[in-house]
Amino acid sequence: MEKRVIVIPAYNEEKTIAEAVRGALQAADRVLVVDDGSADRTSEIAAAAGAIVVRHAVNRGLGGALGTGIEGALRLGADLIATMDADGQHRSEDAKRAMDRVAEGDVDFVIGSRMLEKKGNMPARRRFAQFLGNALTYVLFRKWVTDSQSGLRAMSRHAAERIRIRSSRMEVSSEFVKEVVDKRLRLAEIPIEAIYTEYSLSKGQNFAVGVQTALKLILRRLLD
Amino acid sequence: MTVIQIILTLFAAFGFGAAVARFRRGGITLKQLSLWTLLWGAVVVVVLRPETASDVARRLGVGRGADVVVYLSIAALFYLQFRLFARVEDQERQITRLARELALKDLKE
Repeated sequence: MEKRVIVIPAYNEEKTIAEAVRGALQAADRVLVVDDGSADRTSEIAAAAGAIVVRHAVNRGLGGALGTGIEGALRLGADLIATMDADGQHRSEDAKRAMDRVAEGDVDFVIGSRMLEKKGNMPARRRFAQFLGNALTYVLFRKWVTDSQSGLRAMSRHAAERIRIRSSRMEVSSEFVKEVVDKRLRLAEIPIEAIYTEYSLSKGQNFAVGVQTALKLILRRLLD
Repeated sequence: MTVIQIILTLFAAFGFGAAVARFRRGGITLKQLSLWTLLWGAVVVVVLRPETASDVARRLGVGRGADVVVYLSIAALFYLQFRLFARVEDQERQITRLARELALKDLKE
């Protein structure tokens, strides 16, 4: 049986991390929490819940934490790697299904899309921002995905070894798509259900951060 | 000599002095010092003899000397801004790599 590792990047998530870890442990052999320099008790709580915890000495942003998580999962000998958010919006069944899909062997990278089936309760404003993110990702990287900003993904060891994450912040989600295209990996999407709570909504990208993310992506495309 | 000429000349002298001081401390290379010397020298020339700028302006096909100075300054500022942006991005990545290595140092199984 292949070894499965779920990576959870977390920054000041002491309220939700324990539940996220316990859920993830149902779906994987190991759960690796990357504490991105939290000021609260995220690390202790994640470790107590059964996760392996690594900690950034200083906050580096989502992209930095995911890069560390994937590198760490490879060092742990993972054959299949999934990523999930720490805020409780993802269900571990979906992470398991995403890894199952990769395990079938005909794809290298799976994005859990909140848009394939209109399940869940994504607010309209989110949905619109979502569309803009997808459109920009398509324009820049020539790949249409229905949920370019999703935090739930799965990949094979082969894919994880090839993907190079260089962005530090939120633009990382589109960077995964770019890397999948550049490294000629095979991509699939599966429908997932996202659970939106007031807490998880307060944690995502707000408008200003969204604009910053978009600008970074465009600049990177121009400069690289 | 007008007041603005005195002020700008002093400013250029200060800038040149700062560049020399940094060179002495090893902060910048000889090449960089030469570039700064050229830059501040040009500033002094243009300040003390504004007709030089007008000369350059005529040759470039721009109306007034002062306009040439403004155009070139804006171009230089954009360039410096770009370099700064690139350098900050680069440092961000290096810090991330550092944080990553430190975080993963003890991770093994």
